[in-house]
Amino acid sequence: MLECIPTRKVEHTAGKINPAKTCQPIGAMYAALGIHGCLPHSHGSQGCCAYHRMGLTRHFRDQILASSSSFTEGASVFGGAANLKTSIKNVFKIYNPEIMAVHTTCLSETIGDDIPTIIKQSEVPEGKVVIHANTPSYQGSHITGFSNMCKAMVSYLAESDGTAKKERVNILPGFVNPGDMREIKRIVRELGIDLTMFPDTSDVVDSPLTDKYEMYPEGGATVAEIRDSGNSKLTLALGAWSSEAAGALLQEKCSVPCVPLKIPVGLKATDDLIMALKDGFGMKVPRSMTIERGQVVDTLIDTHFHYQGKKVAVAGDPDIVVPLTEFLLTMGMIPAYVMTGTPGSRFETEIRHMLEQSGIKDCVVRAEGDLFELHKWIMENPVDLLIGTTHCKYIARAEDVPLVRVGFPIFDRAVHYLMPIVGYRGCLRLIEMISNALLERRDRDCTDEDYELIL
Amino acid sequence: MDTYCSQPAGAEAYIEDRKDSILTKGKSKGNISCSSDSLAGAVSQRACVYCGARVVLNPVTDAVHLVHGPIGCAAFTWDIRGSLSSGSEMYRNSFSTDMKERDIIFGGEQKLAACIDEIVAKYAPPAVFVYSTCVVGVIGDDIISVCKEASLRHNIDVIPVESSGFKSGNKIVGYRAAADALLKLITPKDGVHIEPTRKLNFLGEYNLGGEKWVVERYLKEIGIEINVAFTGDSTVAALKQAPGACLNLVQCTGSMHYVAMKLEQTFGTPYMDVNFFGAENTTESLRKIADFYGDEDIKRRTEALIERESSHVRPVIEKYRKKLAGKRAAIYVGGAFKAAAIIRQLKELDVEIVLTGTQTGKKEEYENLSGMLSEGTVIIDDANPAELERFLREKDVDFMAGGVKERFLAYKLGVGFVDHNHDRKDCLAGFEGAVKFAREVHTTACSPVWKHLKNTSVRDVRL
Repeated sequence: MLECIPTRKVEHTAGKINPAKTCQPIGAMYAALGIHGCLPHSHGSQGCCAYHRMGLTRHFRDQILASSSSFTEGASVFGGAANLKTSIKNVFKIYNPEIMAVHTTCLSETIGDDIPTIIKQSEVPEGKVVIHANTPSYQGSHITGFSNMCKAMVSYLAESDGTAKKERVNILPGFVNPGDMREIKRIVRELGIDLTMFPDTSDVVDSPLTDKYEMYPEGGATVAEIRDSGNSKLTLALGAWSSEAAGALLQEKCSVPCVPLKIPVGLKATDDLIMALKDGFGMKVPRSMTIERGQVVDTLIDTHFHYQGKKVAVAGDPDIVVPLTEFLLTMGMIPAYVMTGTPGSRFETEIRHMLEQSGIKDCVVRAEGDLFELHKWIMENPVDLLIGTTHCKYIARAEDVPLVRVGFPIFDRAVHYLMPIVGYRGCLRLIEMISNALLERRDRDCTDEDYELIL
Repeated sequence: MDTYCSQPAGAEAYIEDRKDSILTKGKSKGNISCSSDSLAGAVSQRACVYCGARVVLNPVTDAVHLVHGPIGCAAFTWDIRGSLSSGSEMYRNSFSTDMKERDIIFGGEQKLAACIDEIVAKYAPPAVFVYSTCVVGVIGDDIISVCKEASLRHNIDVIPVESSGFKSGNKIVGYRAAADALLKLITPKDGVHIEPTRKLNFLGEYNLGGEKWVVERYLKEIGIEINVAFTGDSTVAALKQAPGACLNLVQCTGSMHYVAMKLEQTFGTPYMDVNFFGAENTTESLRKIADFYGDEDIKRRTEALIERESSHVRPVIEKYRKKLAGKRAAIYVGGAFKAAAIIRQLKELDVEIVLTGTQTGKKEEYENLSGMLSEGTVIIDDANPAELERFLREKDVDFMAGGVKERFLAYKLGVGFVDHNHDRKDCLAGFEGAVKFAREVHTTACSPVWKHLKNTSVRDVRL
């Protein structure tokens, strides 16, 4: 794959080479799976739906079901209304979900199908719901699509009954793995606080193998829970790109105050989550949490010499990369390149601010980049470690840099989606992965006399 | 149907409109309905026209494959195939014009031209394939003229692939778009003369896991050379020599029969169908090729090769056959060629086939498949997961052969799985491929893990 990067200087302004993002609908499909009994529906031609199911299947190693409006030439000329109406009828008849979550594609967006009107004109069985999100593939990225579907959950479902708010927090977890969602729920419960998490893909895309197979597994926030989120006392929106819009809408629609936070990757972001809950509910932080935090600090001391001062490149989704960079700075690592494929200048501003505070100069920060650029930078000025998704493996091999896999998608490693990188336990896992990647590298490269039993 | 399906539907386990797409050999009268579009609202396993075009062309190793559309179409097909290369790795990169809203409004032709210019400046590729996607078809970007101009500007082949996804719900339309692009590439320009040779072209061979190399080795041993494969491990320069072959072999019929036909019309090159999956198919195909050349030396070497390789393979297959005899298999794959190849190999292993289906089979192909299957076997076109689930349970299947979207459905139902997707990196062709296939079937169908599945609740295990 070395020919990916020409050795001479070349312009790279038009298009993308080896993208670090993908399109909105897959994010919307993933979010929709976090509602209990939901069948995501892709309004466009079949290919999109097949690709998105395939992408999610490969990452989660679980069966992902979603239906498609199956556009052909007729629909793209006369509009997709008939296809969507037929789809709604067929989906409830055949697959009988509690709720159907429609998202658009670039095709149905371009021909301009008016989804809310079509839904209104459709026959939806009593007690069932159809929601929709506009997810044009030519805007934003998969993270934007995730955010748009979360917003749709609020705008279609959330209600406030006007009575006193319940002692409960809404958690919008952001585009993270089911293992992360499970861990965030554990932390909130450990603090003794009642919660509603939506979307919640734990027990849906990581469903267990029992002797019974369910098309709609046990997990996911129920429609009733999302409805009732309008009566909660507080919302924590984790991740500016993936959750803030839905949190803000819930505040506006149902007067639930929303606190925007980072996804709790790393020590500080986890502290911030716990402090926000403490401020909101006035409980005492239990000793168990103090112990967990203490273990992280203890481990950081035990391991700091493995990674401190090492140069690292980070690529991935903004809501993960921002707190991850913050944690890498806590660890004393030196970010050399920080990149996301998702557009938005806020990314560059936030990262630059963090770097400035840590006194780090010469770091290249880039939103809406691609892996061609990242590769070029690493080739010109190497790093000790690369943190990113599976797609970064080509760079890792070509430049002989160890790769720690974090984010979405990860196609080539097992079990990752079950193991959290959030919370204090997530800190330990990140430290483990980073330390061991560097130690293994040292064992591989060192001379016989430096090959040690104890490192 | 509740006893069979987790889908909570009431009376029907599958859609009334789909009943003509599902036949049971021996019971059903009439033909399978297979060329219709998928039903709106169905969970179909099918992909799109662009996908069809991309999987056929992608193995051209030194070409740049530029996807004109929003990012997703390129992102999801990045390194989509298990095709190996003996040289360039250019085809494994992902190029996209990354269309944005303003490109949709004002048209994307300028951006496409700029992308081509930059790519040529960076890499100087011998050819660029430009794929059109759904949205490009709708806004009407004239990719043909953009390609033509770029081609003149840079003096290389810049070839449009008209593969807008919505053109059909069937990948076959994409195969045709790819075929037209290939024919454009290999038709000699005015004044160019291609010398005739005794070599052959190998169409519909994509070098998954190095499969072309295996066949190439066999052919070399019997004294025949491959001119170029379409498109496994091919280069633009090699493809341009295609008219010089004396014979075209066709393996993947769905994607390449049309090309073979066109080559016969234009250059008079005859073609024959071959199949290198399974020991029996490989033996037959080698003999057919040797017969075509009609050379006694070639025939003698062919028989010697078959005898030697079979003697290696026979005992291994025999060993696995003993373990696998009586196991029940389901097959659900993209095309009928692949289904036929798997059926034959499983029969060699004494496995009973209880379900066979494809995404893109044609009527005559289903007839052929039906002829290979025994009474009571379910034959299904464009199956959705609910249907597959129903039959996997109803037919008490031990393992399934299919692609990525079927793997985890099978696992969840306690059914083993053999990957036959186009992104596979294991070589399943030829005699050694037959051994590998048998080993893979054995690994999954006889895994000790299934014992833990029958009662997986902790209470049951403790008892």
